[in-house]
Amino acid sequence: MANIISDETIEYVGILAKLELSPEEKEQAKKDMGSMLDYIDKLNELDTSNVEPMSHVFPVQNVFREDVVVNGDDRENILKNAPEQKDGSFQVPKTVE
Amino acid sequence: MSKQYETVIGLEVHVELATKTKIFCSCSTEFGGAPNTHTCPVCTGMPGSLPVLNKQVVEYAIAVGLATNCTITQNCKFDRKNYFYPDNPQNYQISQLYLPICRNGSVEIETEAGKKSIGIHEIHMEEDAGKLIHDDWDDCSLVDFNRSGVPLIEIVSEPDMRSAEEVIAYLDKLRLIIQYLGASDCKLNEGSMRADVNLSVREVGATEFGTRTEMKNLNSFKAIARAIEAERERQIDLIESGEQVIQETRRWDDTKEYSYAMRSKEDAQDYRYFPDPDLVPVVISDAWLEDIRSRQPELRDEKMERYAKEYGIPEYDISIITNSKHLADIFEETVAICNNPKKVSNWLMVETMRLLKEHDMDPEDIRFSPANLAKLIHLTETKAINSSVAKEVFEQIFAENIDPEQYVEEKGLKTVNDEGALRSTIEKIVEANPQSVEDYRNGKKKAIGFLVGQTMKEMKGKADPGMINQILTEILEQ
Ligand SMILES: [Zn+2]
Ligand SMILES: [Zn+2]
Repeated sequence: MANIISDETIEYVGILAKLELSPEEKEQAKKDMGSMLDYIDKLNELDTSNVEPMSHVFPVQNVFREDVVVNGDDRENILKNAPEQKDGSFQVPKTVE
Repeated sequence: MSKQYETVIGLEVHVELATKTKIFCSCSTEFGGAPNTHTCPVCTGMPGSLPVLNKQVVEYAIAVGLATNCTITQNCKFDRKNYFYPDNPQNYQISQLYLPICRNGSVEIETEAGKKSIGIHEIHMEEDAGKLIHDDWDDCSLVDFNRSGVPLIEIVSEPDMRSAEEVIAYLDKLRLIIQYLGASDCKLNEGSMRADVNLSVREVGATEFGTRTEMKNLNSFKAIARAIEAERERQIDLIESGEQVIQETRRWDDTKEYSYAMRSKEDAQDYRYFPDPDLVPVVISDAWLEDIRSRQPELRDEKMERYAKEYGIPEYDISIITNSKHLADIFEETVAICNNPKKVSNWLMVETMRLLKEHDMDPEDIRFSPANLAKLIHLTETKAINSSVAKEVFEQIFAENIDPEQYVEEKGLKTVNDEGALRSTIEKIVEANPQSVEDYRNGKKKAIGFLVGQTMKEMKGKADPGMINQILTEILEQ
């Protein structure tokens, strides 16, 4: 493997992704990420200087909605997805900026 | 001699677009609904839901871009900005990083110092977040996703501003352009227009920029001016005492006139943007662009020119009336009915402005109909009511949009045009005030004022002062 992922990198990526990894999982993740980067390096060997960057895998563009209200009040159903609720709202641990 | 510093300011302005539905779902954007009553699986970030772009959002963004001299990115797309925060249910905000819809624009501002062009780096489309309410009782936070997915455009300026005055002139210019386009109501105090200020200082003559901070939570022009002054001072103090300005986001507390560093939305400002695979590219054809261009309404500068030509009202009046799209609309609609631009302008400039100030309201809050103002003008022009009654009636129009014809009829406010009745009242007044009559006849012509006033009082205000004057003079000169 050409790409070696450091402990600091996997730590940082874990923080960004809000993941807590066990030491074994960290080792596995380092290996997986290293081989992914190797694969990208392989792709980078291709000369793409004359290729338009692709922004989507489907040859489809301009999928729009008209600006018309269709959805009504569906709070009861939506809140069924809340782990906890209060006063018609999703209840979460106290979050202050 | 202490060093001279220059303030360098760039703005990020978020504007809530006036669409009926959200940017990626068909939920209503209406303000003030009970929590989570305008939500669906898309705007609450449920797995498996699929966003579909609101075409009107693209059209508004293009309209604003054209009006601010931007180049429109005819091949644009959306990206995901990743961060965790409870007001952001998907754990990413759909925004535009790589190909924002508008780029390289500018607007011209005018301050005491003259005209200046402010560059616009880009304008991109994105979605708003939900609202967090802190519940002290249960020591938790409650999330309302009604605002989640409301369409925003973010207008990013170049660091071209040098003072609070320029910042305010720039914001006002944007507000007018966007209001005239009907793309947003742009109310700073209600959050439909939000300005984040990026500010750094450097020694006069320096070519490198200093380290900048970003200031949030500025919801009035006054707060912006105070925050700019305070942040400039804070940075200069740091530099003078040999410390470093730290690049950070700060939150302004306008009541304390003080800012503090915000804990960032996550441990690192690393948003790991990538193209949103749920949304296909937006390709804006020349024909579509031309269509939007051809539908652009008259903007303020053009309107001011036309008013001067068409209506012949003073330049100052024109600038006040056109400073609000809503006020300009009322003006034009009223003139279309009564064909008396001078009188309409007068009612708007004097009484309307007085009442707005008295009630601490904006021109945008005016609710009376042009038809009722036109009727009032007709009543005064035909002398059916006198000017003091007219003012009283106008207050009712302003407050409750009453029909002045009906109101005047019901309250019996019509001027008594019965000359006989008026003459006999005046004769009574003349008889009862011999001193004033004598004064008048001895050359103190001003004494007539008192007699007019007494007559008006007797008539309970419902007389034409011109007519009183005429009859009184006639009697006194006998
Ligand atoms: Zn929705
Ligand atoms: Zn933004």
